[in-house]
Amino acid sequence: MANVSMTVNGRSVSGQCEDRTLLVQFIRENLGLTGTHVGCDTSQCGACVVHVDGKAVKSCTMLAAQADGSEVVTIEGLASGGELHPVQAAFREHHGLQCGFCTPGMIMSAVDMIERHGGQLDEKTVRAELEGNICRCTGYHNIVKAVLDAASKMGDGAKVAAE
Amino acid sequence: MYATNYHRASSVEDAVKLATANDETKYLAGGQTLLPTMKQRLAAPSDLVDLRHIASMKGISVNGGTIRIGAATPHADVANSKEVASACPGLAHLAAHIGDPHVRHMGTIGGSIANNDPAADYPAGLMALNATIVTNKRSISADDFFTGMFDTALEDGELVVAVEITAPSKCGYAKFPNPASRYAMTGVFVAKHGDGSVRVAVTGAGSDGVFRHEGMEQALASNFSAEALDSVTVDDADLMSDIHASSAYRANLVKVMARRAVAAAG
Amino acid sequence: MGMEGVGARVARKEDKRFITGKGKYTDDMVVPGMKQAHFVRSPHAHAKIKSIDTSEAEKMPGVIGILNGNQLAEDAVGNIICGWMIHSKDGSPMNMGAWRPLAQDTVRYVGDAVLIVVADTKAQARDAAEAVVIDYEELPVVTSAVEALKDGAPQLHPEAKNNQIFDWEIGDSAAVDAAIASAAHVTEMKIVNNRLVPNPMEPRAALGVYDEGEDHYTLWTTSQNPHVARLVLSAFYNVAPENKLRVIAPDVGGGFGSKIYIYPEEIVCLWASKRTGVPVKWTSDRTEAFLTDAHGRDHVSTVKMAFDSENRITGFKVDTIANLGAYMSLFSSSVPTYLYATLLSGQYNIPNIHANVRTVYTNTVPVDAYRGAGRPEATYLVERTMETAARELGISPAELRRTNFVREFPHQTPVIMCYDAGNFEASLDASMEAADYAGFEARKAEAKSRGKLRGIGMSCYIEACGIAPSAAVGSLGAGVGLWESAEVRVNAVGTIEVLTGSHSHGQGHETTFAQLVAERFGVGLDTVSIVHGDTDKVQMGMGTYGSRSGAVGMSAIVKALDKVELKAKKLAAHLMEADEGDIVIENGELKVAGTDKSVPWFQMALAAYTAHNMPEGMEPGLKEGAFYDPSNFTFPAGCYICEVEVDPETGKTEIIQFVAADDFGNIINPMIVEGQVHGGVAQGIGQALLEGTHYDADTGQLLTASYMDYTMPRADDLPSFNVSHQNTPCPGNPLGIKGCGEAGAIGSPPALINAITDAIGNNDLTMPATPQRVWAALASAQ
Repeated sequence: MANVSMTVNGRSVSGQCEDRTLLVQFIRENLGLTGTHVGCDTSQCGACVVHVDGKAVKSCTMLAAQADGSEVVTIEGLASGGELHPVQAAFREHHGLQCGFCTPGMIMSAVDMIERHGGQLDEKTVRAELEGNICRCTGYHNIVKAVLDAASKMGDGAKVAAE
Repeated sequence: MYATNYHRASSVEDAVKLATANDETKYLAGGQTLLPTMKQRLAAPSDLVDLRHIASMKGISVNGGTIRIGAATPHADVANSKEVASACPGLAHLAAHIGDPHVRHMGTIGGSIANNDPAADYPAGLMALNATIVTNKRSISADDFFTGMFDTALEDGELVVAVEITAPSKCGYAKFPNPASRYAMTGVFVAKHGDGSVRVAVTGAGSDGVFRHEGMEQALASNFSAEALDSVTVDDADLMSDIHASSAYRANLVKVMARRAVAAAG
Repeated sequence: MGMEGVGARVARKEDKRFITGKGKYTDDMVVPGMKQAHFVRSPHAHAKIKSIDTSEAEKMPGVIGILNGNQLAEDAVGNIICGWMIHSKDGSPMNMGAWRPLAQDTVRYVGDAVLIVVADTKAQARDAAEAVVIDYEELPVVTSAVEALKDGAPQLHPEAKNNQIFDWEIGDSAAVDAAIASAAHVTEMKIVNNRLVPNPMEPRAALGVYDEGEDHYTLWTTSQNPHVARLVLSAFYNVAPENKLRVIAPDVGGGFGSKIYIYPEEIVCLWASKRTGVPVKWTSDRTEAFLTDAHGRDHVSTVKMAFDSENRITGFKVDTIANLGAYMSLFSSSVPTYLYATLLSGQYNIPNIHANVRTVYTNTVPVDAYRGAGRPEATYLVERTMETAARELGISPAELRRTNFVREFPHQTPVIMCYDAGNFEASLDASMEAADYAGFEARKAEAKSRGKLRGIGMSCYIEACGIAPSAAVGSLGAGVGLWESAEVRVNAVGTIEVLTGSHSHGQGHETTFAQLVAERFGVGLDTVSIVHGDTDKVQMGMGTYGSRSGAVGMSAIVKALDKVELKAKKLAAHLMEADEGDIVIENGELKVAGTDKSVPWFQMALAAYTAHNMPEGMEPGLKEGAFYDPSNFTFPAGCYICEVEVDPETGKTEIIQFVAADDFGNIINPMIVEGQVHGGVAQGIGQALLEGTHYDADTGQLLTASYMDYTMPRADDLPSFNVSHQNTPCPGNPLGIKGCGEAGAIGSPPALINAITDAIGNNDLTMPATPQRVWAALASAQ
């Protein structure tokens, strides 16, 4: 058994789990944060994307023990003080979600993408950067629109965060 | 996933010691291939030794014409490295197109080459670049390191700690991804070296993993241009055939990707 | 239209929980004492079960119980049903073999469930499942429907000789033959419609809870129709009586048809919760989803289309073999018959049509409705044939279609359907303009200068939504009625709850249904709540599939709103001492027309519940229900144009533009409708370009059982879409709406394949048009 401690959404948490426990299982089952989803077994769909130490990773492809001592942000930790993150707001405004299942991973990937590119994104780049996130409902059209809009709104702010 | 025991190594020595304590131990680098394989219960290591916290295995340095990349360096770091982009742009391009952004944040060069997946990108790059693979015991040339599909010259417990590359005069990589998995269905890395020699390495296509194509190397050594490849034939006898691509189609892709890699090399 | 009413682009009410990670899907549910299940499945496509030994597995850590098919039979749990009876053309009923929720003697596809293992954790259940020893005697395998029909092919069910389930026909065969014999031109094609795996991103899940104290069952499940689930679980599967069973379908992460059916796992989890005495949860992993979610399509057809000397279609003959997999799924028989052949007239005036359909058992996953269900298959035949005919006849594809369009309505086709309204030319014109069809040749020349092959293709589709009326579908063999129910509850403070039998799993009902109410009563969207997906809250409903929630589900709400309005006006008239006929409802007030007298909506509602001052004979309260049974199908139609560039060196296709011009009748929320088109088109492009389902013919193993081998459309496979709407309102329902959920998946595959075949100059191309296939087609064209 592994004793795992980490900071999740700004809160220190710890728990005991089998060594084989995936980070996504720890988040969903031990912490009860069920916004992070599992949509495949082959590390491709991206429904499980969270940020670990500031980087988007697939929480289905990381052991909870590997994340011991890390800082984790999940979809539940993105909005602050009741204020939606600009990416969350853009997904709603542009109808970038339908069934909502891929949405948490999609949003976490989008935030990471915008920060890495400093808000400087075009459609082709957004589509390429979404390679690791599969959506079956939207045809991606409105997701791309939402990411581009959020990037332009975050603009310079995103750039600062990236640097 | 079957039950396993997780260990976090703090140094190369620590990692090797942990790994040799038990026959069924595996090193865990980025885990982007190993963990999915374990999740599907296709691998069952009794113990995992996590390499992500060994500082000496991380980072990129350029010294004269030699680029050294720590084995635990994630693909994203190689892709974003200004040093790599300037000394060996084909390698930066290759790293930027491995998997997806999340995989690139975790997956490492050492993990990729130690696994030697027949559709992985790095083996083609390192073979064409005539790289040296540095382990805790020795240095191995890429030609000797990649011994066949999912097979390398690594001995039990031997750990890749870094990769060293002499900057080529020109290099380029072109990949045709499998439409489903996005792994290379065919990827060709072309490098022209300082001594005028050319190396062409192919991944994703060979039925025994990464290989060099001598016909193309010779053609490009005398004339480093895409047109020089027109007269070269690619034999499909030793190429993979599956539901996504026949060996004949892969043979075509090898040639087309080689031309594009040469064009990318400039 | 107000800011929030009918026709407004209102952002969705349900989004708040989804974008903050607060959605509640079945796998998110936790109940005290809950345990985890893993199913032991057949690794063989066809085998006899000789023996099962669970003795070692039962000793494994955490194991609560391992249950088998014999125990299921002891408890009289019934066979899985097919809800639509089809008779062969000789009058005999379909030859249906038994499907046991847990196989007892024989397994017929890889993934067939044999045992359920219940343990403390998921990993323990899977560990124990691996310790089960089953001795199988392997039997010969057949995966192709064409092969399965041949003499000497492996036999799946004793009831179905040569694996044929039925041999059905529609239309006048002799008349079509005569038309072909006297035709000026006949276009003939052999067309394959490829098998697809639905792949909603949320895998199926079930949580069964038996409460011994109350002798009551609860099932949380990923369902598009929880009431139908409750009905069949009680009436046919005998797991629990209807009055003792609550089925809840909470947030559901996409369905596309695959979550209509009540699968073995849902039945078994609920049953196992009583057998083991613990709540039992099962969540599919993705490979299990590939192996057990009902697949779609899988037709092989030959067609002949006859034309007279003026290029008018005189006859259309279709022969189809449809693969239904190893067992008959819930609506499997209706998909290749009444949902398919009835659309073979397309948008055209075709005097004679005949279709013959044979359905076949094979050692593959059962096949049932997947987005479009029969209509994409029909549209693909009609629109590939039309484009091919235009090429053969040497006239433009648009011109051939214009020559044959139905222009007068109602139009009775020779295959049952009576089109009630449409303007097909309007959609064709709109899409050609949006695509700059006229400028194509110049773009093609420019592409050629870059070494690329550019092609353009179109597709004029018509489809049928809101399957109805119930009496008519009943006469065609349906085991259920296809009406919908609604209840509108006006609370004492004026807030409104709408209970609907429709189910939302991405469609945005919480918003569009509320818009309907906001429009009617002038109240704010926030004061309206939509309640669905729970059989304890909503009495009965038929669920969401076949693009029926707008045309049927909302029509039921309109009927209930009519009743509420009537009573509200009566009450308001009484309160204001006015004439009932003078009351109008505007901006949240009930007013006496032409005066300044008014009662706020909430005050009227309060008056209904205080009941201090009611009209003579009026009951207190304000709550009305309605059932709506449509009078006809609705007929969405449109024109799609696709333009592609093919890289001749690799065979890779890039979609340069995709134009969709749809006529859905009236629209409640254009933003949501456009989203439905985007998603549908993406799935259609997936079918045409990317998604291939491959079985190993010798072993029956599914070779494409994960995203490593099954190509899901990703963002960089697709362009942004150019979507527009034309509007000929549907005359058959009170809202004039037709439905929009499936059109994209129906209309897009032929447009894309017509474009690629145009680009490469070879019409012989099978979906999906993978780079390898296009490359090979290019090579053989040279």
